[in-house]
Amino acid sequence: MSQSSHGIGGLTFDEKKKARAPEWNVFFALLLIVGIFEGLGALLMGQSLLFDSADRFDSIFNEARLKIIILQVAIIGIIALGSTQVIILGGIDLSPGSIVGVTAMIAMSFAQVAEISAGVVNPKLMWAGISDLPVIVPIVIGLAVGIAAGAINGLLIAYTRIPPFIATLGMMVFARGAAKWWSKGQPISFPTDSYAALGAGMMPVFIFIALAILFHLILKYTVYGKHTYAIGSNEQASRMSGIKVEHHKVLVYTIAGALAALAAIVLSSKNLTAQAGMGVMYELDAIAMTVIGGVSLSGGRGSILGTVLGSLIFGVIISGFTFLKLDAYYQEMVKGIIIVGAVVLDQYRQKRNASRM
Amino acid sequence: MLDYTNAEVVLETRDLTKHYGGVHALEGANFKIHKGEHVAIMGDNGAGKSTFVRQITAVEQRTRGDIILNGQPTQFDSPIEAREAGIETVFQNLALADDLDVPSNLFLGREKVKFKLGPFSILDNKAMREATMAGLVKTGVKIPNILNSIQNMSGGQRQCVAIARTAAFHSKLTIMDEPTAALGVQETAQVENIIRTLKEQQEPVILISHNMRQVFDLMDRIVVFRRGRICANLTIDGSIKPEDVVAYITGAKTGEEFPEAM
Repeated sequence: MSQSSHGIGGLTFDEKKKARAPEWNVFFALLLIVGIFEGLGALLMGQSLLFDSADRFDSIFNEARLKIIILQVAIIGIIALGSTQVIILGGIDLSPGSIVGVTAMIAMSFAQVAEISAGVVNPKLMWAGISDLPVIVPIVIGLAVGIAAGAINGLLIAYTRIPPFIATLGMMVFARGAAKWWSKGQPISFPTDSYAALGAGMMPVFIFIALAILFHLILKYTVYGKHTYAIGSNEQASRMSGIKVEHHKVLVYTIAGALAALAAIVLSSKNLTAQAGMGVMYELDAIAMTVIGGVSLSGGRGSILGTVLGSLIFGVIISGFTFLKLDAYYQEMVKGIIIVGAVVLDQYRQKRNASRM
Repeated sequence: MLDYTNAEVVLETRDLTKHYGGVHALEGANFKIHKGEHVAIMGDNGAGKSTFVRQITAVEQRTRGDIILNGQPTQFDSPIEAREAGIETVFQNLALADDLDVPSNLFLGREKVKFKLGPFSILDNKAMREATMAGLVKTGVKIPNILNSIQNMSGGQRQCVAIARTAAFHSKLTIMDEPTAALGVQETAQVENIIRTLKEQQEPVILISHNMRQVFDLMDRIVVFRRGRICANLTIDGSIKPEDVVAYITGAKTGEEFPEAM
């Protein structure tokens, strides 16, 4: 497309009038934070965070650390992909952490082996008859749980008109209770090899990246994406324009539920066990990733790319503190500061943009 | 002055009436607008102007009466149906999504798609961009870059985007509810230019306005509402003066009822 075709009416297309994509700001923030850790690392430890300073590997990067950085955010990142869509829609979802708990329990109970080795019976087996099922069974059942929980969120929000905060808070408490009830609080362990493969090694990262690309394309190039942004931006205008706002809300919350279920499957597979307490606080970390990634809590703005960058910032902070051998307490304090800082900066940027036009 | 009496009637209302409980907000409105005609609706607050428009656009359901669009009696259940039938409304409070760019706003709720896949249908962004450009050219709207979100655009530019919607969809009738009420002088001029352009293209327009100068500059005819009734139907030619219109609006002068409001 030629440049002048974007401008009209005697005005030529003005490159300066094209706003810079907000993802760049998140990217610069990521570089800045990496830079700070590199500086502190050189100063305090005499080591580099990301680059291989000890010649232990065949690459210029410290591959092990890079892998850890992304691996430790991949599972919450999957949840954050759903949170991103819900927040762009103008809503909020507090339930994915608990959905992770209940889904992990239920899925794992259909993924168990009967004998952990020849002749040794699985001590955690839930039902004597149900074991060694094909891997598709726990996946489908797990997804169904997440989809059902997400759909209930969406139906409550769209049709009873209660605020998303309340509806998903209810689901958060309910699903956590259901997770405990499922096995009367007992952990469920010893999955089949094929189930254990789902979250083994770098699988969580591959799944996270594949889903991120998928939903990036969906939000950018489909009617679903367009309507998600439109409703978050101006629900009334969307309704007047003929968008089926209620249907769309149900769909978005259902997708968020399904993504939470996927995260649960990957997490329980990675840990080889499921506990009722799995996923506590995940929803808040996921929301923090999206907010750091430039997604506006008032809806209508943000992107999957931003959230992925936001999750990397998260990963770098966690790894950076470990690298500097600092206490985890500082980690959380700094995370808190960054969440607030990201929103303050974003608001400042918006105001500046508005006054520049 | 052009005579529209013999032109094709685009929209007609017969005995259009709306009661809110005991309040007779609109009583027996007979109204006609012809192809290419620009009609102003004037009247004091609470005179029934907005009630009249809300019945035509199906924002509310009428108590009784007929609405005839292109010779066909119609019964729209929702504003969306009215819009699909070709009645586009530019509201006073803009029905735009601030965070979206110009093409997205123009095609909000009726996006062009390349590949149908339910809610996951693939958008045809190129076609929408091109149609947007065409719609903007048609209305003469100047936008520096249509791919920016509209939140940072001026009120005039935003209003122009809202009006350009109608041009992009070849609507049969455009209704504007005080489109310049919140705009500055220059922005008002922008919007008025668009209305002139629509005039040249023979697009019929109903304009609700309190601005006498604007109405006399742009419109062919004034329909005055008072206390829920149409009290005057004045073709703007040399003989009619703003003072006369004010007199009808305030009730100082009372015209006979216009059963065939022409």
